[in-house]
Amino acid sequence: MLATYRRLQAWAERRLPALTRYKRPESLPITLHRRRIYIVPTGFGAGFTVLLLVMLVGSLNYNNNAALLLTCLLGAASAASMLVAFRSLNGLRLGAIRQGQALAGEPLDLHLVFEGGDHVHPSVHAELDKQAMAFTASSGETRIILQLATTQRGWQALPRFKLWSNWPLGLFHAWSWIHPDHAVLVWPRPELAGPPPLLPDDSEQRRRLHQGEDIAALRDYRAGDPTRHIAWKHSARHEHLLVKDFEQPESQEEWRLDWRQLQALPNETRIARLARWLGEAEAVGRPTSLWLPDEEIGMGHGPSHYAHCMNALARLP
Amino acid sequence: MIGKLFHRTRKPHPPLGERPFDLLCLTVAVVLGVHAPHIPVLLSTALAATLGLRWWQRRRYGGRAPAYLKLPLVALLAAVVIFQYGNLFGREPGAALAVGLLVLKLLETESPRDARVGAAFACFTLMAALLFDQGMVATFVVALGLVPALGTLRALEPSNTPTRLDRELLPPLRLLAVSLPLALLAFVLVPRLNSPLWGAPNPAQSSTGLSDEMSPGEFSELLNDDRAAMRVSFDGSPPANAERYFRAYVLPNYDGVRWKRADMQAPPAPVLAGRSITYTVTLEANNQRVLPALDVPLQAPSQAQLGAAREVLADRPVTDVRTYTVRSALDYRLQPDLDPLERRLDLQLPPGYNPRTRELGLRWRTQHGHDDASIVRSALQLFHDGGFRYTLGPAPLGRNAMDDFLFSTHEGFCEHYASAFTVLMRAAGIPARVVTGYQGGYWSTLGNYLLLRQSDAHAWSEVWLAGSGWVRVDPTASVRADHVDQGSAGSAAASSDWSPNQWWLGLRNHWDIVNRWWNQGVIGFDTLRQHGLLTPFGLHDADAGTLGMLLAIGGSLFAVLGLAWALWQRPTTDPARAAMLLLERRLATVGVARRHNEGPQHYFSRAARALPAQRADLERLKRTYLELRYAHEQPPAELLKNFRRAARDFRPRRVVK
Repeated sequence: MLATYRRLQAWAERRLPALTRYKRPESLPITLHRRRIYIVPTGFGAGFTVLLLVMLVGSLNYNNNAALLLTCLLGAASAASMLVAFRSLNGLRLGAIRQGQALAGEPLDLHLVFEGGDHVHPSVHAELDKQAMAFTASSGETRIILQLATTQRGWQALPRFKLWSNWPLGLFHAWSWIHPDHAVLVWPRPELAGPPPLLPDDSEQRRRLHQGEDIAALRDYRAGDPTRHIAWKHSARHEHLLVKDFEQPESQEEWRLDWRQLQALPNETRIARLARWLGEAEAVGRPTSLWLPDEEIGMGHGPSHYAHCMNALARLP
Repeated sequence: MIGKLFHRTRKPHPPLGERPFDLLCLTVAVVLGVHAPHIPVLLSTALAATLGLRWWQRRRYGGRAPAYLKLPLVALLAAVVIFQYGNLFGREPGAALAVGLLVLKLLETESPRDARVGAAFACFTLMAALLFDQGMVATFVVALGLVPALGTLRALEPSNTPTRLDRELLPPLRLLAVSLPLALLAFVLVPRLNSPLWGAPNPAQSSTGLSDEMSPGEFSELLNDDRAAMRVSFDGSPPANAERYFRAYVLPNYDGVRWKRADMQAPPAPVLAGRSITYTVTLEANNQRVLPALDVPLQAPSQAQLGAAREVLADRPVTDVRTYTVRSALDYRLQPDLDPLERRLDLQLPPGYNPRTRELGLRWRTQHGHDDASIVRSALQLFHDGGFRYTLGPAPLGRNAMDDFLFSTHEGFCEHYASAFTVLMRAAGIPARVVTGYQGGYWSTLGNYLLLRQSDAHAWSEVWLAGSGWVRVDPTASVRADHVDQGSAGSAAASSDWSPNQWWLGLRNHWDIVNRWWNQGVIGFDTLRQHGLLTPFGLHDADAGTLGMLLAIGGSLFAVLGLAWALWQRPTTDPARAAMLLLERRLATVGVARRHNEGPQHYFSRAARALPAQRADLERLKRTYLELRYAHEQPPAELLKNFRRAARDFRPRRVVK
């Protein structure tokens, strides 16, 4: 059943170029206009039409002009609702797309920025891969978040997605396809487990010490230490004030990650391993540097450094 | 296994929000309200209670009503309807059933789909209410009932702007208001059916207004009925108040209790007409065949015929508002020659009734000899001076009703006087009969028409005098001189001594012009009027094809208007942007269209390359624009003015290669 529908849809798009005109990717900003908004009655709309016909024939048959007037009024309102449905999409503009961060296989957050133009666009749905998100685009900017499924690292072109609205009465379905010429970068998926990087002096014990925010050591008070770091209980048993030391300098624990160290492995495995190392280093705040065939990233740490490295890994051929 | 086979997997639907449900309840309440007048009180009360309980239950506890309640309730509803009406089909039982099912549908309404179906069905049920009452107010109320129904449908569409309930009702009202012109166009142009596709309902509707029988005391309910009976507009000036006697039934047969129509198949009595008047009557539906006409009608309108005593009878009972045009003679001699058979009929009195009245009649005959006119005068004298009172609540009468009325109670209204007078005349040997109809009415100077209410129903007598034929005598008029001048309602008020409702009635009389307009413009708009629609444009018979074409043209015009609205976009209010757009349009004519995602700097450079002759101009424009856009937080007005002027004056010159 679904397969038949898909085949039918594919055939229709092949045979009716008008339907597919906006199938090609196009650059942002994309503004919806009359040439790309389609309208059909919904199932309920079809049923409602039958009801209107029954009412029409009934009132004509019984020569009941008041009922006929009512039927005409309801019919006219339904017809007018078609224009309202059209208007709720017309003029809507997809101004920008920003991407979130995701490892391959995890859903990626897509931030779509819509601009309403001169009027409010109520009850618009953005539909991507069976997930629909309803929003009302005000005349300013409206930001919505959709999740895009990812499978592999690297640049991933955005699929075509649908903007639709059944506003105001649910009698008509107005929709428009949007295919932004935009790609998002998906980070490589780290391998689950593997060896640590080869390091000149690796001290497992010390590394463990500095995990998390546990108190690493107590040291003598020095002028300028914040008072809330003073360990009062311990100090009571000593002559000097003792201070809880959280942040031991880790300068000696840098990881210099190098593409060339992993010569024996296939490309993707190398990337996955590097990604894991980067992730582990980021988790403990360890500074890293990364050498790649066409890019070299200096020593650093923190989320932006991590993102920089992961992006570089994702971009590898 | 089998269960699994038959269990359809349904997509889990989002739950129905509180707001749409409230609106749906409101819709159903309106439906119940407009149907309440013709549904048994017990049933409508029970349905209202069910509605209220369900609303409370869902608000308080959520979830659908228990399933074990639904089926018994549906069965109970059907049983009540059958018990009340005898069957499930037909107008009244159908309406009661539909309203009941609509209320019961609420019990299981838990998904948007249910709510949609409910709202659509509510629209249909609203229309059904118009089968009972097509009046303007009723139609208006029913049309307003569409507002919550459309509001329900609207609230079902997700929109993250929660508003108050009244705000939810405003947009559908606006939608209905803007679609009214199209609705009116469709109403005027939808081709009407010449004959019904299936049997029009023959509702066992009780007839209202006058009945074709009369016994004294029967009118009293009618005389308190303020509903309109008919509206008359005259060609030329209206007749004087004393001439406004609209005859409905002529009742010659008397059995001592009731006056009845003569079952005669005879050609209409001959009439010698003097002054005559033509007028158009719009008769309210009364489910009777008689079409009241001014004394005395000369010709029957189409689809009607004249009876023997010149009463106008339609071929079918009047179930909808009916308009007809008649010409009547105001001065006439009706049936100058009375044949003996008829004479005997019009003198007939049942034996053994009213001995004192008959004795009085005989005494007058011996007093006045052959002077019939003076006998009539003595009778009227009696009513004037004999201590008779006009009241709508007379004392009850016994077996010899006319004896009791004439000699003991002395009080009554038109029926009593007409009846007693006719009996007296017959006793004296003058052929006489009772005529019922409408008399008086309210003349609307604003609308130039005469409004007759049911309370203007009247009974009078006709006596046959040699040489004059049938002469109308209104004995009630002798009682109080102002009776004929003020109409019976005035007399009724006078007898109750206190009349604030006189003021109210006056207000209603003024308001009636709107009802008349409604009756003529909407309810009376039939095939005939529709076909004559284009007469001012020289097309005398617009058939269904023409009408359909006009409808299509008109519909397209409205579609164009609507599209213009839907496509209109407010022009940009940013002057720099507007000037830039102008520039882009001009450059596009020489083939330098701005690309979709092209920045201004790149665009200007490209344009300068394409138009080397104007490179300097374009460079200047670019600098100004970039400065205007990006250099200042609040760009100086001078700069903006410069750019706008430069953009306006820039004319790209086509390059000759």
